[in-house]
Amino acid sequence: MNRTIRKLFSNASSLVGIVLLIIFIIIAVFAPKIAPPLSDDPYQVPRMSWDVNPQAPGFLMSDNIREIYNYMDKNVKHDKAICGTTEGGYDIFYGLIWGTRTAFKIGLITVIIAAFIGVFIGSISAYFGGWVDEIIMRITDIFLSFPFLVAAMVLTTILGRGLDKVMIALITFGWMGYARLIRGSILAAKEETYVMAAKALGVKDSKIIWKHLLPNTIFPVMVQATMNIGSMVITAAALSFLGVGAPVGYADWGQMVSFARNWIIGSPGHAGRYWYSVFYPGIFIVLFVLSWNLVGDTLRDILDPRLRGEL
Amino acid sequence: MLSYIIRRLLLLPVILLGVTFLIFSVFSLLSPMERLATYVHDPASLKNAQSVERLIDKYHLDDPFPLSYINWIKRVIHFDLGWSQTANQPVWEAICQRFPATLELVLYSIIPVVLVGIWLGVISAVHHNDMLDQTIRVSAIIGWSLPTFIFGLFVLFIFYGILGWLPPGRLSSWAQDIVYTGTNFKSYTHLVTIDALLNGNIPLFLDALRHLIAPVITLSVISWAGLLRITRSSMLDTLRKDYVRTARAKGVDEHTVIHLHAERNALIPVMTIAGMMIIAMLGGVVITETVFSYPGVGFWMASAAQSLDYGSVISFALLFASLMVFGNLIVDISYALVDPRVRLE
Repeated sequence: MNRTIRKLFSNASSLVGIVLLIIFIIIAVFAPKIAPPLSDDPYQVPRMSWDVNPQAPGFLMSDNIREIYNYMDKNVKHDKAICGTTEGGYDIFYGLIWGTRTAFKIGLITVIIAAFIGVFIGSISAYFGGWVDEIIMRITDIFLSFPFLVAAMVLTTILGRGLDKVMIALITFGWMGYARLIRGSILAAKEETYVMAAKALGVKDSKIIWKHLLPNTIFPVMVQATMNIGSMVITAAALSFLGVGAPVGYADWGQMVSFARNWIIGSPGHAGRYWYSVFYPGIFIVLFVLSWNLVGDTLRDILDPRLRGEL
Repeated sequence: MLSYIIRRLLLLPVILLGVTFLIFSVFSLLSPMERLATYVHDPASLKNAQSVERLIDKYHLDDPFPLSYINWIKRVIHFDLGWSQTANQPVWEAICQRFPATLELVLYSIIPVVLVGIWLGVISAVHHNDMLDQTIRVSAIIGWSLPTFIFGLFVLFIFYGILGWLPPGRLSSWAQDIVYTGTNFKSYTHLVTIDALLNGNIPLFLDALRHLIAPVITLSVISWAGLLRITRSSMLDTLRKDYVRTARAKGVDEHTVIHLHAERNALIPVMTIAGMMIIAMLGGVVITETVFSYPGVGFWMASAAQSLDYGSVISFALLFASLMVFGNLIVDISYALVDPRVRLE
């Protein structure tokens, strides 16, 4: 374990990943301080103007909106859109900060639940073998017969908009990789003498799986999970981009990119005039995903027994 | 090997049944009224409660699950997938009309994925851990981390917004006139680039190609990075095998060792993954087509999902799942043909 941590910090690319992750964690934790919410639901991005087209960075909150907040007795501390506003006058800076919480929420919750389901199903399948294994693996095949994005998109469309529905869709079609992975490792570990010994001693099946097999086979799953957080966040953002994910005005990076989509070309004579509307949310998504992938990639090389001692 | 292929073929109906069952279960989350909307294309026929009742009865939407499932399957087998409000035509017709555009996009994207991905993967493994390997590896991780829609918008921004070289869509308007309303143009394959060549119309071919470049780059970049990683690790694994050491020990030159001894064996697992990646590219099609307003199945799917055109969305899942199931079958069988270890089992 110590070796793993030492390697993680001594490798340049994973160090970059760790630093980025720490920055994102700080942003997420201090979101209420960095960007104080103006409505009861902090995930609702405040609007800076009623204009349809994006406003340049440094734009001051328009008077008619300021009046509304005064009327609601809200103390508007930040009335300047540091990163500009996106389509519909939504404050980009606010969306970036609270969107970090959204990203962590989506990434961690979906991956943890999906990994848990996958490990449960996969270990049962491998341990009992025979027809149980056959049936479970065929069901896994069926779920794997859909492109991930398409499956998630169809399910979200049917369930309706909302972050919870997006997460349900991502989990429903996200557990199969873990099931296959853990099944493979357990099938190999099952033949080891310590498992045979435990069986001969009459240890209960559930205890053998839980105490002996899982601790010896769980590491690849954790690497997979780290790598998977990025792709879950990308897929959730893609759903928002396609207009079936988070509800309108929710602090979500994917939706901000989707708002920016109509403005990316700029106006005649001013190509790229609205660059900020896509640049900021885009760079946040990329860096967030990249940080997890950098850490995951190094973890995988470190824990891969075939490469052990050669890094 | 024959028994392997037979077993694989016998599994096909089971998987297809499971896939349709899963899709229909998701579909059944909707109320009968909502499902009815996928069969009716004239709102006037829904004018009173009675006619709605009658239609729900007619399409067996309120039957118990197994019955309505069987009924739905019967319809699907006859390609009766309902009516698409977004396309304003029957769903199956809409699919047939838009599929060639998507196919063309995917076919062109395979070339850079396979060539560049495998080539760089081998280089990266051969130069394990030196500067070149690190650079290739980091760029692959970056490519892997780039969401398709952001990368696509970036490409659109540079090559259309600023430079004006690569416009969105599938054809310029003058080219559309030739293809869709022209009298002299014969559509043999419905793949515009190939049809243009068959008709001997070079400007049309170039126009179609110009519209394809940006979406092809966008669609291929993720699979490219993924394939690179797989090739690299498979190649690293193979280079450590005894027979490679033997070959080196007996003085075979490095070029032959890498390209003749190691590469051939390393590429066997890569081939399966490559097949799966090409199939997985189908998912990226939805985003790529939406970004570039490329009129294929994916673009239509996105607008159908936004306007809650359930019939189209469900059919889309059905289409892509079947493509994947048959694609995987082909990959598995060709794998058996190539790898002697599978063949003998």
